[in-house]
Amino acid sequence: MSGTFVGMPAFPEAAHDAVNNRTLRGNLRHATHTIRAKRAKAVAEVSDWAALREAGKQIKDHTLRHLDRYLVQLEESVTAAGGTVHWAADADEANRIVTRLVKETGETEVVKVKSMATQEIALNEALEAEGIRAYETDLAELIVQLGKDRPSHILVPAIHRNRGEIRDIFRSEMGAWGRPAPEGLTDTPAELADAARLHLREKFLRAKVGVSGANFMVAETGTLVVVESEGNGRMCLTLPETLISVVGIEKIVPTWQDLEVFLQTLPRSSTAERMNPYTSTWTGTTDGDGPRTFHLVLLDNGRTDTLADEVGRQALRCIRCSACLNVCPVYERAGGHAYGSVYPGPIGAILSPQLRGTASEIDASLPYASSLCGACYEVCPVAIDIPEVLVHLRERIVEGGPVTREGAKVVLKPAKGHAAERAAMRGARWAFSHPGALRAGQRLASRTRRFHPRTLPGPGKAWSASRDLPEVPAEPFRDWWQRTHGGKDAK
Amino acid sequence: MRVALFLTCVNDTLYPDTGRAVLKLLTRLGVDVDFPMDQTCCGQAHYNTGYRHQAEPLARHFSDVFGEYEAIVTPSGSCGAMVRELYPRMGERARAEGRGDTLAKTLAPVVPKTYELTEFLVDVLGVTDVGAYYPHTVTYHPTCHGLRSLGLGDRPRRLLQAVKGLELRELPGADECCGFGGTFAVKNPDVSAAMGTDKVRSAESTGAEVLCAADNSCLMHIGGTMARLSTAMRPVHIAEILASTEEEPSA
Repeated sequence: MSGTFVGMPAFPEAAHDAVNNRTLRGNLRHATHTIRAKRAKAVAEVSDWAALREAGKQIKDHTLRHLDRYLVQLEESVTAAGGTVHWAADADEANRIVTRLVKETGETEVVKVKSMATQEIALNEALEAEGIRAYETDLAELIVQLGKDRPSHILVPAIHRNRGEIRDIFRSEMGAWGRPAPEGLTDTPAELADAARLHLREKFLRAKVGVSGANFMVAETGTLVVVESEGNGRMCLTLPETLISVVGIEKIVPTWQDLEVFLQTLPRSSTAERMNPYTSTWTGTTDGDGPRTFHLVLLDNGRTDTLADEVGRQALRCIRCSACLNVCPVYERAGGHAYGSVYPGPIGAILSPQLRGTASEIDASLPYASSLCGACYEVCPVAIDIPEVLVHLRERIVEGGPVTREGAKVVLKPAKGHAAERAAMRGARWAFSHPGALRAGQRLASRTRRFHPRTLPGPGKAWSASRDLPEVPAEPFRDWWQRTHGGKDAK
Repeated sequence: MRVALFLTCVNDTLYPDTGRAVLKLLTRLGVDVDFPMDQTCCGQAHYNTGYRHQAEPLARHFSDVFGEYEAIVTPSGSCGAMVRELYPRMGERARAEGRGDTLAKTLAPVVPKTYELTEFLVDVLGVTDVGAYYPHTVTYHPTCHGLRSLGLGDRPRRLLQAVKGLELRELPGADECCGFGGTFAVKNPDVSAAMGTDKVRSAESTGAEVLCAADNSCLMHIGGTMARLSTAMRPVHIAEILASTEEEPSA
């Protein structure tokens, strides 16, 4: 994945600043609560939502189970329709392929449709290193790009910015990338949108190469699908001479009919719209209509490894709607950047450590970036049991065990830094397996209760820094029960 | 009906009043309650922190201790969800690891007969008016595992609404997590504290005297935050409200 995130600190540390940044907290709270309420209303309108959710889950599971077969079918369909398919095992390979394809056109700039896959592989940075400038055309991606920032939300990458900040970015940065912001630009949404529209129009009309991802790929016809709200995507998909689409292998569905389900669940879950404003589909090339050359780069980058894990593979059902981000109380306080990946929030917390492995500090901390409240599972339109996968990944970190990396089975050792916790868990397990020992511990705690400090040393310090400890009662329940009801003593 | 009280290790050690309240309440409703002295912990803290294999002996111990009872009642949505939702999953995982059906078979008997307190009252005993008296303003915080894993729905609120003298105030953002999350509170202290503070602030906005919930662990976190913020509210377990009567009121 992206080199941008190498050396990220662990999640709690990365979240620290965001939690204490009032502007950021305010922006995030306002945005997530607004979209959360709208989504709930849009979903409540559909009487068969539960059935749609189950259907989406089943289609995705079926496709993942037969991924090899459907990918071959897709390659055949795309090729028959006049496109060219390329296979990329990892980010470097995908970037090399795209760079070569752009160079072959002789162009030094490309326009881009918002795409998580190209963010994941850090394509813009890779192109830049080869002298090719990539222009983001999605409004929020444009704001992030102009602000030399990183996206902090899957759907609304600039969610952490408010209108005033956006105006400042437009005023100071637009000129360096093309048409400058109009004189006297204010922070009203209409003026900001108009400035972006004028700035982008130049790019659409000039571009010879477009780069996109895709929300879905239909195996039976080789058709790719992008859903979007602004129309910039359709410009990029239709105006250039060459179109290069970089898509994760899990984005496939077997038939056109399967789209019926996702074109209902995706917009309602993501933007709370009944239907997304623009649905663009393209199949290979057609004379006199759209790009004359079409390349599809199929990206693995950890996906088949994830598929090998029977609990964790459900993360590959994700349709990137970001509903889980908008309901997550942890995301709301920590912000997207703390997750150290282009996939923030609950889905990022299970996807990143699977795609990238758990060797880095940030990836080993992500499975703990959740209170397991379950709100993410409840809203997920393809029923990914995110809490289940989080706990599964925690197990991988503290206990180690077999995983698949780059196609080979390897046995992970337990992660460092959990030794004290592991010992405490073993101790607790022993005490809880010996009721007599538990009872002795309780009695000791009760007898020494007057000496318990209000703040704690060691790991308990984190608790007592912001919360008072409960008082230990004079007598645990079991002693009271024995005294008053004569229960027999524990073994 | 012979019912076992599964008090949970947290309640037993830190909140014995909740246990006494459940006992008083169920006895008043004509239930014969036993407290099996060998009970310890359901293993949830181990399981949720990633120590599933350490949780297994605790789950087996739970089945040994409680297997013979007709019903197992616990004043904790979280520990109830551990037994009902995660014990079957532990059995499945053991099977997937090639260890056969032994664990699944050992745990199966306790799964369907374990009830969270408010579920037991409404679904098994069929009562919503438990004859309680509690002359205070109360706001109810549905804790996550009770809300989403067990699907307690409006059972706790229906029980509270039937309490004489009690005025129930709606909690804004009720279904948002308080930020406890077991070891989450220690592993991610900043985020946990921010969530706790927001929960206390929305509880304060109701003007209620009492914040009530069905899990003492969440109440420990919320109450500890209230104390630090010098909030006038008190955290109270729902069992203590439902046990309270005019003759024997609880605070």
